[in-house]
Amino acid sequence: MIETIFPNVDLIKAWEKTIETLYMTGLSLLWIFLIGIILGLLLFLTAKGNMWENQWVNWIIAAIVNIFRSIPFVLLIVLLLPVTKIIVGSIIGKEAAIPALIIGSAPFYARMVEIGLREINKGVIEAARAMGAKTSTIIFKVLIPESLPALVSGITVTAIALVGYTAIAGVIGAGGLGDYAYLDGFSRKDNDVTIFATIVILLIVFIIQFIGDYITTKLDKR
Amino acid sequence: MISVQNVKKIFQSKSGKITAVDNVNLEINDGEIFGVIGYSGAGKSTLIRMFNGLELPTSGSLNIVGKDIAKIRGAELRKARQEIGMIFQHFNLLWSRTVRENIAFPLEIAKVPRSKRKQRVDELIKLVGLEGREDSYPSQLSGGQKQRVGIARALANNPKVLLCDEATSALDPETTDAILDLLVDINKKLGLTIILITHEMHVIQKICHRVAVMEEGNIVEIGSVLDIFQNPQESITKRFVGQVIETEETKETIANLLGKFPQGKIVKLTFIGEAAEQPIITRLIKESNATINILQGNISQTHDGAYGTLFIHLDGTEQEITTAIQFLRNHQVGVEVVAND
Repeated sequence: MIETIFPNVDLIKAWEKTIETLYMTGLSLLWIFLIGIILGLLLFLTAKGNMWENQWVNWIIAAIVNIFRSIPFVLLIVLLLPVTKIIVGSIIGKEAAIPALIIGSAPFYARMVEIGLREINKGVIEAARAMGAKTSTIIFKVLIPESLPALVSGITVTAIALVGYTAIAGVIGAGGLGDYAYLDGFSRKDNDVTIFATIVILLIVFIIQFIGDYITTKLDKR
Repeated sequence: MISVQNVKKIFQSKSGKITAVDNVNLEINDGEIFGVIGYSGAGKSTLIRMFNGLELPTSGSLNIVGKDIAKIRGAELRKARQEIGMIFQHFNLLWSRTVRENIAFPLEIAKVPRSKRKQRVDELIKLVGLEGREDSYPSQLSGGQKQRVGIARALANNPKVLLCDEATSALDPETTDAILDLLVDINKKLGLTIILITHEMHVIQKICHRVAVMEEGNIVEIGSVLDIFQNPQESITKRFVGQVIETEETKETIANLLGKFPQGKIVKLTFIGEAAEQPIITRLIKESNATINILQGNISQTHDGAYGTLFIHLDGTEQEITTAIQFLRNHQVGVEVVAND
């Protein structure tokens, strides 16, 4: 069946490329989650009226976040080539895309984390302070649990954007389904390969969305 | 004993300085239920938030649990806060935690071991009457139940003081009374000091021992609840007392009656304590020649005793009316002639 509709698709290769895409998305997502939460917390805590209120720190983090959020991803990969070379040791292959994926998406996620944290009822934070909670207790027992649905739906949106970014990265040599669609599909004019890669990417996106939505609803007891 | 001395709080804003609390001095006895009443913007909320250092005073000292809250910081302040419970108008429960987990939160903060936590939470659930709702989430509870969780949470670490920040203002009248009863019960059982702020005189009348009236950052009047009801000095205090004893309806009725009975006098009688329980009107009717018409009455129960008001219409000769009023005055009844105006 697949052979008749997609005569040029090599299923073994397509599978490998899918794994590469999942690997790039998964690994960078882990880092984005960590960095995004840290940056988001810093943005929130240093904002006016919050526990670590500090205009300068807030301004600097906000500036960094905004700059990296604004650079088009294709250009970011190119600009980061020297850094990638040092960290990864190569500028092609599935690992090569990861620094750019992290730096390109973590600021985006950090903003979503900040928005999620800002939606927490201020009274709850105040109640925790009135109970004698330390800032670290407030972070781990109030801020993160109370914003968890927003953090999860944010990481879902980020993951979906990230799948798109891996495809762009693939075109300039990073591997994955984007690389497959571009080199084996577009370059050889085998349109069925391009379409097949697109369908797989769509499936990945739908699955991510489904899992994200499921977890978000499960977590939300409001 | 809680002692607040020369406390001042000035907020800096773009449009200049705002004095929220202006030189407040207070002494609150251990085990007392102390109320602070004022309209919004009077500074009462800022004042209560200084009791546990959520707000730091610009100057002055607040001796709450043997420490000056205004001076201590860091770990010492956090430790002191564990001895001062607080409940809020909007409950401020964590939606992500069940009733049981919400009540356990302050115990986690105080690093109480897990086994003891469970036992304490069970005690508290029983104390506030939430058996059967342990594993519900706040979103599944009514307002009154949420405030019960708030109270249990505030009491978890056996505080010496409980601060109530408009704790019943978001509740309907019936639930308000149930929560107030619970507070009285806790005050008696645990002997802890309760400081509450409110804009409802009903709350003060129902449970407080003493009350302070706040206006524009100052305490303008302070005393036992019965004294304040009996003899309000400031016009703002009179308005608050009026909330309980002279409803809008009463005022309308009086206005109506003044029109209806141009002759004679409408008199407002106030009875305090024992006088409220004597058959004074019967004796007045027997001893006086004036015609007596009872218009409207009301009895409020305060912590120190009953406080009643009664509006009557006296008709007769000038002499008869004066004698009747004199008779009432002689029997420890407050008499105020309501004038036609």
